[in-house]
Amino acid sequence: MDSTNMARITLRINGKTHDLLVEPRWSLLFVLRERLGLTAAKMGCERGECGACTVLMDNLPRYACMTLAVEAEGADILTLEGLMAGEALSAIQEAFLEHDAFQCGYCTPGQIMAAEGLLRTSPDPTDEEIRESLSGNLCRCGAYTHIFQAVRRAAELRQKT
Amino acid sequence: MTKKEEKGAYYTEGLSVPETPEPGEVPKPWSKPQVIGTWRPRVDAYERVSGSAIYPSDLNLPHMLYGSILRCPYPHARIRKVNMSRAERLPGVRAVINANTPEADLYWSYSKEVRTKLFDPQCRYEGETIAAVAAETPYQAWDAVRVIHVEYDVLPFVADERKALQPGAPQIHDGGNLVGPKETYSRGNVEVGFVQADVVLEERYRTECELHTPLELHGCVAHWEGDLLIIHESTQGVYGVQSKVAQVLGLPLSKVRVIGHYLGGGFGSKLQPGKYTVIAALLAKKAARPVKLFLTREETYLCAGNRPPANMRLKAGVKKDGTLTALDFSVTGTGGAYPAGGTDLVDWLIRDLYTCPNVRTEKTDVYINAGPARPFRAPGHPQGSWALEQMLDALAEAIEMDPIELRLKNVPSYSQARQGNPPYTATGLKECLEQGAHVFRWNERRKQIKDAEQKGPLRRGVGVASCLWNGGGGGPPSTVTVTLFSDGTVNLNMGASDIGTGTKTVMAMVAAEELGVRMNMIRIEHADTGTTQYATPSGGSKTVPTEAPAVRSAAIHVKQQLLQMAADDLQTDSSCLRLGKGEVFCEKEASKRIRVSDISGLKRQGVVIGVGYRGPNPAGKVINPFAAQFCEVEVNIKTGEVKILEFLGANESGRVMNHLTYNNQVYGGIAMGIGFAMTEVRILDANRTGKMVNKNWHDYKLPTALDMPRHMESLPIDIPDPEANITGAKGLGEPVTIPTAAAIANAVYHATGIRVRETVLNPTRLSILFSEHSKEK
Repeated sequence: MDSTNMARITLRINGKTHDLLVEPRWSLLFVLRERLGLTAAKMGCERGECGACTVLMDNLPRYACMTLAVEAEGADILTLEGLMAGEALSAIQEAFLEHDAFQCGYCTPGQIMAAEGLLRTSPDPTDEEIRESLSGNLCRCGAYTHIFQAVRRAAELRQKT
Repeated sequence: MTKKEEKGAYYTEGLSVPETPEPGEVPKPWSKPQVIGTWRPRVDAYERVSGSAIYPSDLNLPHMLYGSILRCPYPHARIRKVNMSRAERLPGVRAVINANTPEADLYWSYSKEVRTKLFDPQCRYEGETIAAVAAETPYQAWDAVRVIHVEYDVLPFVADERKALQPGAPQIHDGGNLVGPKETYSRGNVEVGFVQADVVLEERYRTECELHTPLELHGCVAHWEGDLLIIHESTQGVYGVQSKVAQVLGLPLSKVRVIGHYLGGGFGSKLQPGKYTVIAALLAKKAARPVKLFLTREETYLCAGNRPPANMRLKAGVKKDGTLTALDFSVTGTGGAYPAGGTDLVDWLIRDLYTCPNVRTEKTDVYINAGPARPFRAPGHPQGSWALEQMLDALAEAIEMDPIELRLKNVPSYSQARQGNPPYTATGLKECLEQGAHVFRWNERRKQIKDAEQKGPLRRGVGVASCLWNGGGGGPPSTVTVTLFSDGTVNLNMGASDIGTGTKTVMAMVAAEELGVRMNMIRIEHADTGTTQYATPSGGSKTVPTEAPAVRSAAIHVKQQLLQMAADDLQTDSSCLRLGKGEVFCEKEASKRIRVSDISGLKRQGVVIGVGYRGPNPAGKVINPFAAQFCEVEVNIKTGEVKILEFLGANESGRVMNHLTYNNQVYGGIAMGIGFAMTEVRILDANRTGKMVNKNWHDYKLPTALDMPRHMESLPIDIPDPEANITGAKGLGEPVTIPTAAAIANAVYHATGIRVRETVLNPTRLSILFSEHSKEK
């Protein structure tokens, strides 16, 4: 690939650093999925409307489709893959599994990351906070009711440990 | 490793196993199932929550290119010339195709009569396919698409189905804008019925065009291994994709392998492949490299199907005692620019849901310059329900009867609309209404609302609507194989997709029930035309009632062979043998027992393979699921805002297979129904440009977390239907969304006295209706 228009950047993703050559217009989502094989963050709209691409940047949920890769330099980027401890699920993932908080599962990584972001800032959220925090993540299957249950359960699980 | 999991053991939970029927015998219904009917997380939940599930759009093959498609920006145009030379010269571009590419000179059929070129010079809708590019990155592919130069003759258009038949309307096809002759149905005599009625009401209703917008975009990764085409498609049915692609490309079925292990939602829009699937294959061939081609979100709004708008008129007659005497219904709709079932099944509920001797319906399907429809969760039904269920409510009020009582008065035991009036194998409509009303506390709530003092702008109301779904029984063909390994673990092989309903989980439960094997010891191979058995696409609430009986049959076939093998080892007759708790044992002679993993025939063969076929449905009977939904709303009569406080869905879909995923379906169906009622509308700029103006999720609103009712309840009416099939289960995915919109409209009427006869039921529309209402006063 022609590297004359490429920028050299370093991204810190799931605790590891990646030196990359990117076109300045490439989104963080494109780099995660198509260059690094981190495909948990999903592509749904590329317009910041659905939240399927949600990742955490410095503990805050961000739409990876609306973030240029070059903008993401210097941030701590966390994707769903980074929530795992090896092959073990994190509390929030366990709660999604137990409560069947998904159907097709395509929005699920984004839902989980949005919920993770919430629980990092608000460990014991109210129902209202849960709804607000997930309102930027569409679920066309409509699994919301179970998602709310899962987030409440995850808050409990995290407080226990 | 716990003791239970010792190697070589048959992986049981100490489960007893249902009796094994003799070959050729019809298995009895499960009397005390141990796995079926319980609450089970999904067998693929780990993959889905860990990010390790690979959806087709996640796939990244070595040396893969990215495809994108140039689409017509006009609703109606003729292409004069396409110049691709600039695009071909851009960096990273590896293949460009259009109508002039010899390999792309193919036909695409919409029906038996109507077909066009794959790249047709006549563009009849915004978003029609003109050319396509494959490049090293999607960014470069889009760069190339943008510099393809097209000269168009822009033609006059019609983008409103209500104007398509007006004199002087632009003609979309040579034969005019009528898709076919008007479809009519009639029984009895509606004129006589109206004379017999004490009350006759007539109203007009409209539902807006709704878009599926599943979260995963439509598309595939296509690549060739010599003359074998391999397609990883986001699809509800791999075999459906295989046959269409093979037909368009003129390939033998054996040379098209379609794989679709996961998909991010479809709702009917992924029952079929698109032109995009064939285009990906052509680009891959031309570039001799794999091509990933997924549509953009905007493209999916234009060309991946929709639920057509419905313009309905319903006249109904009722006696004071609640007897329906006549229903007279007509609808005009559109499947867009090509035949696509623009009015399919919109009249079905009027014809079949309630007892009524005199019924007449008429359907008019017209062409407009808009993207073709595709089946959308319960085609036609939510539209017809919007009219019928609001009318029932109005009739009940007019005769001063409770709306539930009126419905109960008219519950049929047979299908009136089908030839010969065949009975339903079972109907739980009465139970859905009665038990739903009881759990919802319908009477108490109505009384509370009646007695409450109306202060301030907030008004509460409750509403009900019920339904059946025209399908939901499933049926042949389907083949499933179950392989039992020598350690007693199982491989289940089926062609069906799991579209998010939990199909794989239910099938694992069926195999676990029959074989006594723990669910996590069952591996499922599915949705691959190269390696898995034949299945029809997953949709129409037919996957569980189609596949589960085939899985059960295959598991029973395994058991029968196993018992025969054990009989040889034990030197006894297989008829006295039973399988259970990891052993085969003789009921009469306690000493005659052998562990499954010790059976020499199994060891010798390595595996036992059972084959199951879906048998025919009972002749002369109809298998339909039924439902009723109840809701309470709070309406602000100053702002027109509607808050849905509670929803209850009561469903009779035969046996409950997995309680957990069942409830999830119910809530999801209600969520989708809320969108249909309150926020979702395709807006075409019908006067000036004919273009869709809200082709994104910002302007086309789906319900979000904030729109969900505070309280959702699922009430399964668990009546196993042994006549339906050998599992007793019927489909659930469609009935859960059919009555939602009408229940909301009825609740809003109860709260405010305002009938909202057109979707979308939003603050803007309500405010207008409130102000008209206060002027009338």
